[in-house]
Amino acid sequence: MTALKKFISGDDAVAEAVRLVSPDVIAAYPITPQTVVVERLSEMVEDGSLKSEFMHVESEHSALSACIGASAIGARTFTATSSQGLLYMAECLPYASGGRFPIVMMNGNRSVALPWSIYGDHRDSLSQLDSGWIQIYVEDAQESLDMTIQSFAIAEHQDILTPVMINLDGFLLTHTYELVTIPEKDIVDSWLKPLENKLAMDFDNPKNMAFSSQPSDNTEFKYQQHIAVENSREKIIEIEKSFAKVFGRSYGGLAEGYLYEDADFIIITLGSVTGTCRSVIRDLRSEGVKAGLIKIRFMRPFPVKEIIEYTKNAKAIAVLDRDISFGYEGAVFTNVNSALSRNNNISLKMNYIAGLGGRDISKDSIREIFKELKEGLIKKPSKTVKFLNLNVETDDNINEEKDNIPQHKSEGVLLWS
Amino acid sequence: MNRPPVTKYIKPKHIKDYPVGPSFRAGYLTSDNSGWRTVRPIIDQDLCIGCQQCYLCCPEGVIYPKEGKVDIDYDFCKGCGICGKICNHKAIQFIKENK
Amino acid sequence: MVRLALKVLGERTITVVPAGCMSAVGFIYPQLCFSNNAIISTFPGTASMLSGIAAAVKAKGHKDVHVLGIAGDGGTADIGLQALSGAIDRGDKIIYICYDNEAYMNTGIQKSSLTPFGAKTTTTPAGENIRGTLTSKKNMFEIVAAHDIAYAATASIGYVQDFINKVYKASLVEGPSYIHVFAPCPTGWGIKTDETFEIAKEVVDSGLWYLAEYENGEFFLNKNPKEFTPVENYLRKQNRFKHLHDEDIEQIINARDSKWERMRRQWNNK
Repeated sequence: MTALKKFISGDDAVAEAVRLVSPDVIAAYPITPQTVVVERLSEMVEDGSLKSEFMHVESEHSALSACIGASAIGARTFTATSSQGLLYMAECLPYASGGRFPIVMMNGNRSVALPWSIYGDHRDSLSQLDSGWIQIYVEDAQESLDMTIQSFAIAEHQDILTPVMINLDGFLLTHTYELVTIPEKDIVDSWLKPLENKLAMDFDNPKNMAFSSQPSDNTEFKYQQHIAVENSREKIIEIEKSFAKVFGRSYGGLAEGYLYEDADFIIITLGSVTGTCRSVIRDLRSEGVKAGLIKIRFMRPFPVKEIIEYTKNAKAIAVLDRDISFGYEGAVFTNVNSALSRNNNISLKMNYIAGLGGRDISKDSIREIFKELKEGLIKKPSKTVKFLNLNVETDDNINEEKDNIPQHKSEGVLLWS
Repeated sequence: MNRPPVTKYIKPKHIKDYPVGPSFRAGYLTSDNSGWRTVRPIIDQDLCIGCQQCYLCCPEGVIYPKEGKVDIDYDFCKGCGICGKICNHKAIQFIKENK
Repeated sequence: MVRLALKVLGERTITVVPAGCMSAVGFIYPQLCFSNNAIISTFPGTASMLSGIAAAVKAKGHKDVHVLGIAGDGGTADIGLQALSGAIDRGDKIIYICYDNEAYMNTGIQKSSLTPFGAKTTTTPAGENIRGTLTSKKNMFEIVAAHDIAYAATASIGYVQDFINKVYKASLVEGPSYIHVFAPCPTGWGIKTDETFEIAKEVVDSGLWYLAEYENGEFFLNKNPKEFTPVENYLRKQNRFKHLHDEDIEQIINARDSKWERMRRQWNNK
């Protein structure tokens, strides 16, 4: 096998993956920082190396609506968007998942207006966590390519039949160049089976699709959808193993644990900032600090077991959120905390809100997080949710009320079970 | 008439008996809608000349050609009265529905 | 209307219907009333879903397939206009039928941009200060034609054969086609159900609606009456126009006359 190596960006890597997969229909509307994907795909259609129907849709809503239509008659479909575009197509997101349409979408993570910003954070995709899509977050361009290919296998698995959103950090990943191994098309073709969707329209056995259901049946349809995503965990892992066998690369399933076994302090991340954290952790390890990392790769289905397992020896954890749910905390932290409510050994759980609207997350600030975790074990910090690298002084009483909720005196007694 | 037959709907007992996602056999009728009707059209076969205007205009598609003339599927007729107005030969009269 | 269109187009037709009264009545599990392949789209998404299907039909190499969308006036002229414009622009082989009952009927008779001047709806009530709808009906047919679409037509369910012919014509077009059908809603307009056809015929005969086509870059009038039937008769039959004063009706007649003056001057007769 002579796989090609190319020095390309994350956007390019996604486009290369789409070429290898060759969907029947691509419908996408350009938006920074996803634009390069649609440009490359258009060039590939033009030069004949990609045999897809490329639809020049007039909006993101139409992009996903068109993909749903195409998917309804059994076509393999791909779209790509970002930020405002993702929100503009929001009506179609639960439509696609509720209809069990196995669409794959790349999302270039970008801040959501207002204020306007073309730079990255996760507030676009995390706001759509409940839309019923499987959500993948990747760390580098190679993982972007590999996971785009795997996304089709996941979405189209007949027991899953759920759309997949693959998230790349805007600019940090979409526009950063790396050396990427591009597999041969023949091998991808033999690994990824053609889509045969039993739900799709058929001229011999016509279907009525996307119908209404009464209160007497609605819950059952939703339960079915929930079970499909819940049960997708094992299949996602199987798909990754089978991919690794053929292509020689794997990324650790739903969440990757890095130097976590003996770690006292664990940082939990999504996406490209993971790379920076790895480097800090290696430095800290050489200094004798037992630091570790969990990289969440799938926000849905959520890696509950993995997070409990990887934190079982941790004393303190920090969740790095490029998101904030105003009036509470970051969405990743909420999810992690919910998983860890089943594991009470961790003394300190902190939430760092960082990298909003493209603000850099430096190695120094990550070191600072680990330092605070260590100190926090001795003296509990006044706040659980902290904005990292605020450039100004603030009146620091904002969180006091929530964090100083009176403790029950009867500690250790279960009030609820 | 090519209307699919009415099939009695049996509510699924197991979640696996539900269609996966909202996708199901086309033209699956589980009930008629004659209950909407307050008046019933009656075709006077002597006056009907078989022009089929009523067949063309019936919004429910319940009037169908039969032996050169027309007949009505009363299971799905809602009694809207359009056929009676359309007919130039006064061949369709309405009587009150007794239920 | 739907039934007739599908009779013309045949079994290998994929129908898209947006969320609305048609899908609310005929598309509730387990009762599913379309015998052909059919799907409900989002409210703004009729045309985009149609063109996605058309693209997939092409990609999958299906032959002799018609892709038919049927949406109301609100779904077409308001919330779905952008997607419709995009689909026509792309030149996808789709047939789009707008059934125009001149208001949002499924939600209970609210004004759309195709509600005519003077009509009373639940969001344009007729009272002492405002007498119903103040705006005039958006000119969808010419908006669509301005895309230089392959085929567009207006029709009325009062002229059934004309409608059938136009659906057939649309089916032969290699590209997008659009038919705007005038379709009264008894509940919304305050008429008896059996008057539907008469009203749909009278609107054409009184000149408040017209039967026309657009093809090869030109407009054609299918029906050019020498004399119109009285507008007042048409309006007075409907509860939604009951409140109108004589001067309002005068205004409606003037608008009709200037529209016809322009159509007769610029369009061809057929």
